[in-house]
Amino acid sequence: MKRIHIIFSLVVITTVLLSAQTKPVSKERMAAGKKVYDTYCLTCHQADGTGVPRLNPPLVKTDFVLGDKKRLIGIILKGMDEQVEIDGNYYNNVMASHDFLSDQEVADVLTFIRNSFGNKAGAVSPAEVKAVRAALNKASKR
Amino acid sequence: MSMKYLIVFALAVFIAAAAFKSASLSPAPVATPAFAEDNGGITLPEGFRAVVVADSLGAARHIAVSKTGDVYVKMERVRDGRGIVRLHDANGDGVADQISAFGPFSGTGIAIKNGYLYASSNSEVFRYKLNDREEPINTEQPEKIITGLIDRREHNSKSIALDDAGNIYVNIGAPSNACQIRNRTKGSPGQDPCPLLDSVGGIWQFRTDKLNQTYKDGERYATGIRNIVALAWNNTANDLYAVQHGRDQLNNLYPELYNEEQSAELPAEEMFRVKKGSDFGWPYCYYDHLQKQKVLMPEYGGDGKKVERCADKQKPIYAFPGHWGPNGLLFYTGTQFPEKYRNGAFIAFHGSWNRAPRPQAGYFVVFLPFKNGMPSGDYEIFADNFAGGNLDPGKARFRPCGLAQGPDGSLYISDDQKGRIWKVMYTQ
Repeated sequence: MKRIHIIFSLVVITTVLLSAQTKPVSKERMAAGKKVYDTYCLTCHQADGTGVPRLNPPLVKTDFVLGDKKRLIGIILKGMDEQVEIDGNYYNNVMASHDFLSDQEVADVLTFIRNSFGNKAGAVSPAEVKAVRAALNKASKR
Repeated sequence: MSMKYLIVFALAVFIAAAAFKSASLSPAPVATPAFAEDNGGITLPEGFRAVVVADSLGAARHIAVSKTGDVYVKMERVRDGRGIVRLHDANGDGVADQISAFGPFSGTGIAIKNGYLYASSNSEVFRYKLNDREEPINTEQPEKIITGLIDRREHNSKSIALDDAGNIYVNIGAPSNACQIRNRTKGSPGQDPCPLLDSVGGIWQFRTDKLNQTYKDGERYATGIRNIVALAWNNTANDLYAVQHGRDQLNNLYPELYNEEQSAELPAEEMFRVKKGSDFGWPYCYYDHLQKQKVLMPEYGGDGKKVERCADKQKPIYAFPGHWGPNGLLFYTGTQFPEKYRNGAFIAFHGSWNRAPRPQAGYFVVFLPFKNGMPSGDYEIFADNFAGGNLDPGKARFRPCGLAQGPDGSLYISDDQKGRIWKVMYTQ
């Protein structure tokens, strides 16, 4: 194969991969996620995601929000009640389990959070939520 | 001839000695307090000014002022391994010239009484013996007077207050919003009876002079209290007073009963006159200041109106709007401020978070007049603008937390966002 073809293919593949990573989230998806956020998350994490000092953690560019998606999905489904340091601070309020949300709702709200408040990260899919939920159910039955 | 020289010489020595002695004392006290041009960012009533005593200390919680004017600040987090900061004003202008720290524990409570400095962590209470100038004799060796108090993170701060009979009162907040089976979880009912009240959700009384007291050495003085940060003994009324942090999330958890507006306003932040055996009703009841009624919590079958078992729970002596976050309480006994402030209460409202998405509120210090141990009028805002225009818990410039009275009758206020301390004085 001519070198130019190889280079061309590589460029196309890279572009496709890159655009998949930073593909902008649709307005509809953001609106759906915001609806879940406003109903279930806003009271504690506040309208701008900055949380409450020492009580409710911020959602602004923290490792929890931008990092491992499975861990983040797990927090929504299981809640969180541990002494965990987030960017040098501790937060004392418990977060309740939100496993009553559907896979779509969890995916939507996490996609919204990961693309709001200054965050920029990949979307979360309902399939990913379903997988975490199944794994958690399996683990709790052992 | 030699006698004359001897006298002159003696005089010279005397004068020299006197000069040397006065030079070795601290600089002569400055008459004028160093008021901040903008009063340190807060607004005060006519005639009042503020000195910024210290700044950026960190999360400064409660404060106590010694008889010589030293300010002791209890820090929420230890810095360089120390959780109590001493602010010393050497030249009398109000600004701290010497800042030192000791005490390897974080926490909220601090008080000075009868020759001791008392301070609490989130599970223990310590005291430091003071000398005649009310300075700790040994900052490395406090006495541990109380230990083993429950700390499960939520509502874990342990405010303290001392009476004139050798007792110390400690708030032990409930690590719970409304004693649900699953805390803060939609659909989870309240535990009935609430098993937490045996060891939390109340104020416990201990002795000030016994070491290593645990729950069994103390007594549950009052119960049915969700969490108190603003706690004070009123020497003139000879009673304990507290202002409670009311429950959260009425709309989140019961949208069919409370809309956002109701959830922002309810329940009231209740002020209690606490007597031995008082039961203020948490978790079964909350106070609705609009209905002026103690009503049943939805977790226990309430619908916003039902009273039922709440009929015989103790009512508040005053009620403030929901979620303001009362963190400091001080009964003013000084003579520096005008007559109307005598024996009244200053209350520091930390500022709300649970009013969202409605606008937040609080972030100020109010004054509530008292007569014969009871409120004698409505509150008025005394010191305002701590939030600096951003009434949001994360973005507020300052959030008032602690209150203390100086020996000269000045009012000290602390902020736990960044750690500014104000000394408020009346200048007319």
